[in-house]
Parts: sequence; C-alpha cells; structure tokens
Amino acid sequence: MPRQCSADLAPLSRRDFIKACTTVAAALGLSDSLIPRMAAAAAAPDRPPVIWLHFQECTGCTESLLRASHPDLARLILDLISLDYHETLMAAAGQQAEDNLINTITKYDGKFICVVEGAIPTKDGGIYCKIGDRTAMDILAATAPHAAAVIAIGTCASFGGIQAADPNPTGAVGVRDLLKGKTLINIPGCPPNPINFLGTVLHYLTYKKFPALDKLNRPMFSYGRKIHDQCERRPHFDEGRFVETFGDSYHRKGYCLYKVGCKGPESFSNCPVVRFCDVGAWPVGTGHGCIGCTEPKFWDTMSPFYERLPGIHIPGSGQGIVVGAESAGKKILAVTGAAIGIHAAVGLGKRLVKGGKKEKRED
Amino acid sequence: MAQRITVDPLTRIEGHLRIDAEVKDGKISKAWSSGQMWRGIEVILQGRDPRDAWLFTQRICGVCTTVHALASVRTVENALGLEIPINAQYIRNMVIALHTLHDHIVHFYALSALDWVDVVSALKADPVKTAALASSLSNWPGNGVKRFAAVKAKIKALVDSGQLGPLANGYWGHPAMTLPPEANLMAVSHYLEALDYQRKANQAIAIIGGKSPHIQNMSVGGVTTAINLNNETTLNMERLYWMKQLMEEVRGFIQQVYLPDVIAIGALYKNWLAYGAGVTNYLAVPDMVLNTAGTEFDLPGGTIMNGDFSTVKLITSFHDKYFRDNVKESIAHAWYDGDWSRHPYEEDTVPRYTDFQDDGKYSWVKAPRFQNQPMQVGPLAQVLIGYASGHELTKKYVDDVLARISTVAGTEVGAAALQSTIGRHAARAIRAAMLADLGLKHWQLLVDNIGRGDLEIFNPPTFPKGEQRGFGFHEAPRGVLSHWIVINDGRIKNYQCVVPSTWNAGPRDKQGRPGPYEASLVGNPVADAQRPLEILRTVHSFDPCIACAVHMLDPEGREMIKVKAV
Repeated sequence: MPRQCSADLAPLSRRDFIKACTTVAAALGLSDSLIPRMAAAAAAPDRPPVIWLHFQECTGCTESLLRASHPDLARLILDLISLDYHETLMAAAGQQAEDNLINTITKYDGKFICVVEGAIPTKDGGIYCKIGDRTAMDILAATAPHAAAVIAIGTCASFGGIQAADPNPTGAVGVRDLLKGKTLINIPGCPPNPINFLGTVLHYLTYKKFPALDKLNRPMFSYGRKIHDQCERRPHFDEGRFVETFGDSYHRKGYCLYKVGCKGPESFSNCPVVRFCDVGAWPVGTGHGCIGCTEPKFWDTMSPFYERLPGIHIPGSGQGIVVGAESAGKKILAVTGAAIGIHAAVGLGKRLVKGGKKEKRED
Repeated sequence: MAQRITVDPLTRIEGHLRIDAEVKDGKISKAWSSGQMWRGIEVILQGRDPRDAWLFTQRICGVCTTVHALASVRTVENALGLEIPINAQYIRNMVIALHTLHDHIVHFYALSALDWVDVVSALKADPVKTAALASSLSNWPGNGVKRFAAVKAKIKALVDSGQLGPLANGYWGHPAMTLPPEANLMAVSHYLEALDYQRKANQAIAIIGGKSPHIQNMSVGGVTTAINLNNETTLNMERLYWMKQLMEEVRGFIQQVYLPDVIAIGALYKNWLAYGAGVTNYLAVPDMVLNTAGTEFDLPGGTIMNGDFSTVKLITSFHDKYFRDNVKESIAHAWYDGDWSRHPYEEDTVPRYTDFQDDGKYSWVKAPRFQNQPMQVGPLAQVLIGYASGHELTKKYVDDVLARISTVAGTEVGAAALQSTIGRHAARAIRAAMLADLGLKHWQLLVDNIGRGDLEIFNPPTFPKGEQRGFGFHEAPRGVLSHWIVINDGRIKNYQCVVPSTWNAGPRDKQGRPGPYEASLVGNPVADAQRPLEILRTVHSFDPCIACAVHMLDPEGREMIKVKAV
C-alpha cells in the first residue's frame, strides 16, 4: 500500500487542536493572532461546515450550482456555508485535502452537514469506486454518522441513479440503502434544479431544521406535485391536442408531448414552475418530453423515453378548440389500451405502473 | 534515492484522480496513470433503444455535459446514414460553442487558477496598483480600484472568520507561487467575475437546450427545439435575441479578461513553457459543421505526429475513414478481461479487478491509440492542427496571443512553445476566443435560414432489421470524443465511448508506452515534496475530466518514501 488513509476520528484534545490551528496558520502565512479566532469559529461556527462527498457520479449536481443565481455559488460558499471539503472546488489536494476532511469531521462532530453526490457501488466489496485507497462505502461509513444531517443531491445519491440501471453492473445504491438512523434528505433530479437543493439548505440555515418531506424524503416544496399537474401544456392534453412527431406543425404550436414520450404524468417535480437557469426554460418548454428524472429507477421504468407512458387516463373529450388536434386526441383515446399491452410485453411499462402506485401521495 | 509522492485525491477536476510521482534530484523521473472508478454505462446500454442512448451517455459527465449527447446522436445517425436538417446543425453548433465557453472559463478560473494564483498573497496587494496593472492589460470595466478593494476586503473577512472553507490548506506561500500580490488580487477578482460569465453561457444554452447541465433538446434525427416566430412557446425572436445578447456578453469577458489573464500569467510563469510537453502526437476532429452531410466545418481536425507541424493530415468528414479505421483501445494494463488491443466495434467491456499490479493491470482507464500511437488530445491539439494547416481563424488568434505573451515576457515565444503546461492554457483561451466568434456566426446562420422560411429541425429515424455500425465524433472542450455503436434489429448490441480524458489519462499500452499525463509529468521540477504543486499544474493543464484516478508505481528495488503533510 502506497499510503495509509485511515480516518482516525478520535476527537482532538484542545491542545492538539490549537496546535493544528497553529500549523494551518503557519502554512497560510497568517498571524498568530488569528489562532484564537480560528478556535472560536470551530467551537461555534458562524457558517455551518459542509462536507461534500463525490462517489459514482458525473459532477452534474455540483455543476448545477454553478448555474444558480440566488444565492450564487460565491455567496453560498463564501458567505452562507463553509465548504470545507469538496473535491471539485477546494484549493487543497492530496494529503492536504484528506486532512481537511478528517479535521472537519473531528472538529465539528455532530455539527456539519454531509452532502453526498453520486451512488455507492456495493458489489465485490465496493472496489468500483475508490478515493484515497478507501471505497466509497468506507468513506460514507466514516463520515455520515458524524454529520448533523445528510443531504443526498441528485438521483444517483438518492436512489442509485444511472449506474444502478439494469443490470446494475456495480451494485450501485443510494445513500438511503446504507444509512439508517440519520436525518436524510433526498434531492433527486438529473441533475436536480439547484433551487431545490439551495431552498433546502436555506431553510435549514434559517430555522435549524429541514422542510417537510414526502415518503421518499424529498422536500414537499420541490417534489410535492406532478409535473403534469403544473405543466403549461396541460390544457392541450386536456383538449386532446398532441405533438405527433418532433418538428411537425403541432410541435411548432407548443402542443402536449405525451405521445412523443413525455413522462410528466408520473413525475413529481416543480420544473414547470421554477424552471432552469433564470431564463424561463425547461425541457418541455423546449419541445422535449420529461424523462422522469426525479423518480427512483427512472432509467428503467421511464424508458424507452420516446414511447408513450402506458396507463394514463386521457380526459380529452375531443372538444378541443383546434380542429386538427381534435382527431389526434380521438386517436390517442383509441390506442391507449393497446399501448399498455405493448409496454407490458417488454416488461418496462409494467414496472412503471407498479412504481407509480407505490409513490402515490396521501394528500 | 527516489522519492515517491502521492496526490490523492487530485482535486479541482471532474472525478476522482490519484497521482503518484517518483522524484529524483528534484525532478519527476517516472509516472503512471490509473483510473479508480467504473460505472458500467456501456454495459447498461446493451439491449436498449438507440434513440435513448444520448440521454444515458450524457450522464457520463456533468462537467462536459452536452458532449456525450452530441457524440451519441451523431453516432446513431451515422449508423443509419441519416442526415439532419441544417437548422438542427446550427442549434447543435450553438450548444457546442456555448458549452465550450462555459467550460474553458470554469477550467481556467475555478479549476486551475489556484495552481498559479496565491489567494493569501492577494491580501498584501495595493488595490490602486492592482487597477494600474489590470488596466495595462485590458479595458475591462471591472478592473477598478473600488472593485479590487472590495475583493481584498472579502478575502480578509473570510480569513478573519477562521473558516477558510474551500481555501483551507491550499498551497499558499509555496516557493513556486511567484506572481506579485497585485497580479494575485486581480486574478482573484476575475475568479469571482468568471462565475457570473460562465453562468451567462449556460443561460444561453438553457434557452435552446431546456436546461443546463444535461440539455434535453437532442434527438436522433435532429433537435426538439421547435422554431416558430409566431408562437410564444417556441424559439422565437425574443428567445433568439436573448441568446445573442448573452453570447456577446460572454465574448466580451473572453476577449477582455480571460485572454489577457492567460497571456499575463503565461508570461509571468514563462519557465513553464519548458515543461510538460509529454506526448507530442496530436489528434483533433473537425467540428462546427456547416452542412447537413457533415463534410464542411468551421474548425479543422486531423493529426500531427512527433511535434512536426509538416506532418499535419486532416480529417475531413463525419464518415472519415482515416479516423474510423485507425482508433484502437488497449486493455493490457486496464482492469478488463484479456490483454487485447481492439477497434471499438470489436471491443467488449468485462471488468476484472486485480488490485494494483506494478507490472500488470493498474487502471479502469483503457489506453486508446491512433495508428498504434499514443496521442495527445484537447485544445492544444486542435489549435496546433489548425495552425499547421493554415486555418485562418486559428492563425489570427495564435499570432496575436504569441505576440502579446512575447511582449510581456520580454522574449520571443513561438508556436512550438505552446507544447507545454502553460501552452495548453494558452491554447484553451485561443480556442475559447474562436468559439465565441463562431457561436455568434452560427446564430446568424440560423437566423438567416429561419428568415428564408425553413423551420425544419427533425428527420425521423427508422431502424431496419439486421446490423448497422456507426461512429460519431465531436471536438469537446477536452478534445476528441468518439462514440461507436453496433445496432442489431433496432437494439443496441455494442456501445463504446472513447473519451478525451481516456486518450490523455490512459495507462501504458502493451508495448509499455505511457499515456500523455504520464509522459508530461516527467522532467517537471518539484520544489517541495510535501506540497507537490507542480504536479497539479501539469495535470490540471489537460483539464482532467475523468471518473477515475491516476497512479504511479515505484520501480523495483528503490526505496519508497511516504510523503505526508506536516
């Protein structure tokens, strides 16, 4: 083994801690007069320390925060929280980076927030993701139990995500499958809208507790309603006006995308309301169906992505105001039953229906 | 006696990276590269609908989001022989340009600047002198005394709080950090402003892509961004002009901040023009396509061998046989079953983890080869190929940047010097300048075409019975990306991605030849083995974007020293 990377988590004595502060101050070329302030901050941090762990992931969730505007990334990490460990953003590397991790776990035992981005591979002893010679499983086990709370950002950390798609070659799971007895908030999405993560963090910073959650531990303010029920194209669905193929005249009129595969009827998210990147955009708004990325197992249950969802009741009476679309609506009414059969035959639709029932809200 | 250094994790990249280096007499003498994470997305794709592949592959990377989406739809279209409408090409091209701008800005400021810029030193800077320095380099309105004073106060408040957050334990005060305090303060100010401008690039992407990261407007056969100037929900004049305004603002930042900063930092660290060349075979693919057939491009691609510009050979179409027939991947030192070297169509992906074997398998990353040679990919490769082949836009920016670096450095810097650690940064900034121009050009091409009444965005794909093979490439921010597909009866039979960071971060091949990261580290100085800043500089200059790690082995019989921080 080239290097030990054991997480010795025994709490530092005060003397050790002051020594550590002195070392850090010296390394930074800072005055000794700052040491008491560093010690005071450790005892009662003004900004909650955050440890951000990356496992099997694409860094898309972190990237989403680069797109956020309120707060923007600089305000978040410099004014609101203390981002003590984050592989993509931190200045330190190697041993110094791992020291930051261990120092924060030790100094702020029970006080820091642990954010997890990415799934955790469990097959073959977890060898499919290693950082500093430790598996993702080991790092999570050494970190999360010491946190005040754990936030799983993205569908991978929440539910396993893309690497958990059939046949799940690495045995990837979400945090909820490994961590018990700890406050866990799931912010799924691929990646989630940064608003959903930031809103949760701001709620915690303000009230020292987390917002109301649904059965999948998702904040209600973000995941409380179906996309379909908030969609600007819903009137077209209700009136039976559908896009038949991308680029057709109905597509150019902004009709409903259900027939070209939209999974909005089975997906809980606030996308149509909050939208993305502060330009009023979201996937359905640019003419592509929702792929259901906030739901567990969506890579299997929502695909093929360009086939229509089975088992959706079409309320359209065919009385739409656009004549051309009326017949489209009638057609869909007639073929829905057949579509269910097709999906059940390939085994995907069946799972979706089952999954959909399980996730039904109590409200 | 050789000393061994481990940097694990190597931070400020995408993914988990580990670097080990063997240092002898203050210089790196040997290097190994090894990936540590595998997700099996190529396995997951088998048996699925080829139309869905782009949504899966885009999740390979959220930093270079969009790039695997583009390569994937091009791949399936190539297999089907499907041409897409010209509007779809222009919309894809704007995604390419805008994503590149975001990516290059974020790489320079958020991911690599802290290798060269000492944030703590900025506390000693005089804001008045900083403003004088900055305005000698550009006319950027953000370069004022008040701005620099405010940034200095912000750093001071952070340090005073005792909670240094992401700045904790950086290599501050390192002997290789040699910028004057004023240059450091200027760079920190631009680091913060860069966050705003990369966001603007993403806003423009979201207008046509639905969201960012992970756009949702692609489709095999074109794009789903409906165009209708007479509808409120589609791409109309308001949307188009909002994009243009954002693109112009980002271009301003590139021209007046990013380029001048790279020129200044490159010139002040001119000794780094002598380190980090590594593998000097270069590979790039053409992009920013100008027609539906995929045979005319605004950016050139091709190869240069052994750093000899006269060897330049161009890749000229989406169906190019020179590219298609010469790519192979070796798994001799990678954790997959076998020791073959195969063309992507013939590859399989069967993991076989062995733990770290000094002379055997030591990485999840395969070793791609072109005509059996290791190749360096990335902005430097594309810029050199453009320069060597007389590409007008490339020549314009290369000559301008080299002249300005030469002025600040006080010494003549030629194009050959771009083959270095600093040169990779300069090439990336040059490429950003080109794509800022080209993004606006393709916006105009789209608007003009819409004005002619063409609203087509999609040609529906049909999947015949039997087997089809296809490949698609894209010159991504980190270099050559190619996807390879075998379709059987409308289902994916085999799917392979050969990604830029695989070309650059790959391990040795069967002949024992190192990949570009490994080769580029050899000869780099290491001033302080406890804080191996120089390793970060060279590896970061490639802009690693890998869900993997890099190892280096200790040679047999030599003492291995474990370096630990104090």
